[in-house]
Amino acid sequence: MDEKILQVSHLSKSFGNNVVLRDIDFSVNVGDVTCVIGVSGSGKSTLLRCINMLETPTSGKIVFHDKDITTRGFSIPSYRAKVGMVFQNFNLFSNLSVLENCMIGQRKVLHRNREAAEKTAKEYLEKVGMAPYINAKPRQISGGQKQRVAIARALAMEPEVLLFDEPTSALDPQMVGEVLDVMKTLVSEGLTMIVVTHEMAFARDVSSRAVFMKDGIICEEGPPEQIFGNPEKQETKDFLSRFFNH
Amino acid sequence: MGSDIVKLWTEYHRLFLNGMEKTIVLALLGTAVGCLIGLLCGILQTIPSTKTDNPVKKFFLKLLRVIIRIYVEVFRGTPMILQAVFIYYGLPYITGGDARFTSKLLAAFVIVSINTGAYMAESVRGGILSVDLGQTEGAKSIGMRHFQTMFYIVLPQALRNIMPQIGNNLIINIKDTSILFIIGFTEFFAEFRAIVGTTNMYFPAATIEMIGYLLMTVICSIILRYVEKKMDGDDSYSLVQVDHLTMTAGTYNYPVAKKNDQKKGER
Repeated sequence: MDEKILQVSHLSKSFGNNVVLRDIDFSVNVGDVTCVIGVSGSGKSTLLRCINMLETPTSGKIVFHDKDITTRGFSIPSYRAKVGMVFQNFNLFSNLSVLENCMIGQRKVLHRNREAAEKTAKEYLEKVGMAPYINAKPRQISGGQKQRVAIARALAMEPEVLLFDEPTSALDPQMVGEVLDVMKTLVSEGLTMIVVTHEMAFARDVSSRAVFMKDGIICEEGPPEQIFGNPEKQETKDFLSRFFNH
Repeated sequence: MGSDIVKLWTEYHRLFLNGMEKTIVLALLGTAVGCLIGLLCGILQTIPSTKTDNPVKKFFLKLLRVIIRIYVEVFRGTPMILQAVFIYYGLPYITGGDARFTSKLLAAFVIVSINTGAYMAESVRGGILSVDLGQTEGAKSIGMRHFQTMFYIVLPQALRNIMPQIGNNLIINIKDTSILFIIGFTEFFAEFRAIVGTTNMYFPAATIEMIGYLLMTVICSIILRYVEKKMDGDDSYSLVQVDHLTMTAGTYNYPVAKKNDQKKGER
């Protein structure tokens, strides 16, 4: 399982004079579940958004299956079809029903026919427990349900990597549980995932690798046992103590 | 007074009705095509250009934006009555008589469409801006291209948001087509001018005109409200409890209570 799927090297991103990411090196193997933790503003989300090219990196390379996606002329849309993304604010298409949300990408990007798209969409909606709600519009369902639909929408594209950008931060505690349950199922199925999260218990128990970011750099990374059990850097200790020592 | 109106109506109702028909047809067609022009401008204006694009593409995008900008400023910033004269008489003048409008309806239609398009271009741009950026990001994240994102996700929502604007434009067009008498197009107001020219009955004719315009605009408002309601869709939805996929897979485990229990155990 050591096949590299994503390799980020010397990635930097600045918004004007504000440097958000500094020289990030980072790679993901097939089947890895990488949790990215750190305080707000440390650049976690920006890193994830750069990986999906929602932000254009200022410098550096992102290599996906031996191809540099930051080169001019690289087809970003077809890359994004293979790298799913789940957002903090769900970003479900509010003009479409739950079922259509999970079908539109398959229909328009993967050019599947209606029957196949509907079948796949329903399979994934069932996996996230949203099968009964296929006729609902996003505004009619709760936050946790929206996020589960958003996960199904991403899964319906059958991506190789799934990126989660603080998927539970906009949810109340009860709904956090239902979303994390779905994510745990995905982990157990061996999906490659990068999860930016503030759910420390989830990161500790579920991830295969944890990355701690601070001030736009990767401060410490390693297996979760190391990061959460015996961190080397003082910054990591300080950050984690705020979560676990009270 | 009442008797004058009745007299005028019985004598000239054919002309009045003909005028109303022309006015409504012109306003509807002009607004519809104007909306299409506006949509096109709106979409073209929002094509994103990034640093990694090649210079040729960047140049054309810039050029396109400048052209649209000029179009909007010129047609929004000059009176439609002058535009009508300018286009209707200008076309044969410039081409030395080679090209001219064969029908006044066509000329009127072109003028109203272009004028409405200029206003709609801005409304559509506003409508597109009003759609949450997250919608675009969601569409991009599943691999949709700019035009796909626009057509399937952003525009349907933007259109809903600008429906009141479209209604506004339709109603303005119903009234403002009255200036097209300047090129001799006989819509509702031109009929009024013709009728008072022969009868000299200004007030009774104006009363009929007022009622006629009000009827057209009010009916359009009602229809537009209805369309907006339709676009909003039903507020309820039905749960699909029996789903053949769910049944065959046999792993249907929705009940929420169970999930909560699991969550408590974790903490």
